[in-house]
Amino acid sequence: MDFFHTIIAILESTIRVSVPLIFAALAGLFTERAGVFDIGLEGKMLGAAFAAGAVAAVTGNVMMGLLAAVLISVLLSLVHGYASITQRGSQIVSGVAINFIVAGSTVILGEAWFRQGGRTPALSGDARFQTVTLPFADAVRDVPFLGPIYSELLSGHFILTYVAFALVPFSWWVLYRTRFGLRLRAVGENPSAVDTAGISVIWLRYRAVICCGILCGFAGAYLSLAMSAGFVKGMTAGKGYIALAALIFAKWRPVNIMLACLLFGFLDAFAIRLQGNPLPLIGQVPVQLMQALPYILTVILLAGFIGKAIPPKAGGIPYVKER
Amino acid sequence: MSNPYAKLPGWAEYGLIPLINLVVAFLVAGLVVLLVGENPLNAAYHMINGAFGRGEYIGFTLYYATTFIFTGLSVAVAFHAGLFNIGSEGQAYIGGIGVALACLWLDKTMPWFVVFPLAIIGSAFFGAMWAFLPGWLQAKRGSHVVITTIMFNFIASSLMVYLLTKVLKPLGQMAPQTRTFEAGGQLPKLDWLMSIFGLNLGNSPFNVSFLLALLAAFGVWVLIWRTKLGYEMRTMGHSPSAARYAGIGEARMTIIVMMISGGLAGMMALNPIMGEQYRMQLDFVQGAGFVGIAVALMGRSHPAGIIPAAVLFGMLYQGGAEISFEMPAISRDMIVIIQGLVILFAGALENMFRPAIGRAFASIGRRSAVAAQTRGA
Repeated sequence: MDFFHTIIAILESTIRVSVPLIFAALAGLFTERAGVFDIGLEGKMLGAAFAAGAVAAVTGNVMMGLLAAVLISVLLSLVHGYASITQRGSQIVSGVAINFIVAGSTVILGEAWFRQGGRTPALSGDARFQTVTLPFADAVRDVPFLGPIYSELLSGHFILTYVAFALVPFSWWVLYRTRFGLRLRAVGENPSAVDTAGISVIWLRYRAVICCGILCGFAGAYLSLAMSAGFVKGMTAGKGYIALAALIFAKWRPVNIMLACLLFGFLDAFAIRLQGNPLPLIGQVPVQLMQALPYILTVILLAGFIGKAIPPKAGGIPYVKER
Repeated sequence: MSNPYAKLPGWAEYGLIPLINLVVAFLVAGLVVLLVGENPLNAAYHMINGAFGRGEYIGFTLYYATTFIFTGLSVAVAFHAGLFNIGSEGQAYIGGIGVALACLWLDKTMPWFVVFPLAIIGSAFFGAMWAFLPGWLQAKRGSHVVITTIMFNFIASSLMVYLLTKVLKPLGQMAPQTRTFEAGGQLPKLDWLMSIFGLNLGNSPFNVSFLLALLAAFGVWVLIWRTKLGYEMRTMGHSPSAARYAGIGEARMTIIVMMISGGLAGMMALNPIMGEQYRMQLDFVQGAGFVGIAVALMGRSHPAGIIPAAVLFGMLYQGGAEISFEMPAISRDMIVIIQGLVILFAGALENMFRPAIGRAFASIGRRSAVAAQTRGA
């Protein structure tokens, strides 16, 4: 029974750390499927987390925080869009630039406005997301096996957690069952065909980039308004890159993205749990190996040793109309 | 593929446009300074004074510049072949192993000029090996070098934490670093070079690896514009299909270029490890690999542009430290913003002002042509 509880605890924290990955990876899904590569997920998430923390601290309203996060993130997305769609600059270079600009300015502005060493003030009450207890969670707690799974694993998360998991089928529906989704995928594979059909490649890609901004905004808001009570400098700590890895690992498919994020989240939760404890049969595993595992797995996948990850065909190439 | 932009004269292409992009980047950075409630002109004054005001400051500026020349060259070499190596950071980090091993092995018995060449070979070897894998994976398995090098940066960082806490750390020491090297693992400073100009180096760690960096810059120029390999690289960078028709092995070139790029990044480790700290510490690279991207973009991937760009970033690093003394609201993170802005304006938005400048040149050209005609008539 003790072992069972440990597993429940690990899975529970798996869900908690997977949520920002799911938001960010789905965000990447929308732009990359439209042919705009985005390694600026990290920066957008960080900027959103800062905006959320700052605005929620000042207004005391969690929804204002979320709104600010989405606004800032969309704004950064539009910078990326302007550079890579309108100006036809390198998408990679633009993403790198955004990551640096955000990493620096969140610290400078945070310190100038709040003077707490790059943090925003700690949030409490209405300024922060509260956990949601699902109906009957307390009543079924003592039911063997299923009780703990329902009341501890599934209940008691933030509302954004449920939103993240609901977004997985929703993204699938948008991408594969709507006209917008069909065109979005087409513009990532063969933009000139879309152009020939009389649909604006530029506007379609901008819309994809805005979708990405909204979702990154949720990812950032989750970090500073739900997972922790306020913004801490550099709080994304590479999550944007893990999300990027998950996106590739999932071969740019929504349901796979959720599974990949849960896997990477599990590795993270497991590594924290493992710290210093030897594994049965294998013995001591260095924590660093566990931390590097998502990246190693992605490299192995990309190398085509487990399946083959084929990116959208027109990804990374700016579209130039023929003259 | 047709080039959508008009051709400009060389000095505008390589001088004016980078300058305008740089000025815009600094103007936006000035806005951030205003937003924080400080005077941008004061900040600029403190920065320039802090970077060049005294011999010691100049020493620090050039010390940082040394590092950025290596990483800038690393990124630039890959650019020439159409590859984007974001992994200079990780390659420099791993390159440190080569430096540390050479120093730990021979520092007690040999003088520095024996250890130094071995450390150069070691750093270049380890850096090149860390770049070999992404290069090989792109060449043979089709995985994109941008993504793999990002992943390799993180893997390098985990690996180095492991090595420094478990393997290279001497027994009974808490800090995750190697032991301090003896005289053989310490590079001499360049006081003599500074005293020619009548400057006193003070405590700054400006050392021999600066000369190596200049040598490397010259070597890269020779490689890219004066050798067959460099010609093949540039061909591949301009037009992969032309390179294929010309019989240039794309896979072989990708691997070679990535290894040269990684080797240059690895050599960056010489400067902080043998030149300043005399030991290998956690995170000694401190983002220099990423600065290399900004330096290469600003220097237009040409060694003659990379050296001044590296000095500029050295100035930002050293002067930025001085600003944060004088204006506590502006910490060293300001440099990260400027770095990002330079990458944005000199890299991703490099063409933003081009149409306007092109039009200006066209109208000047037309007017002078008309003037010449009227004079002729």
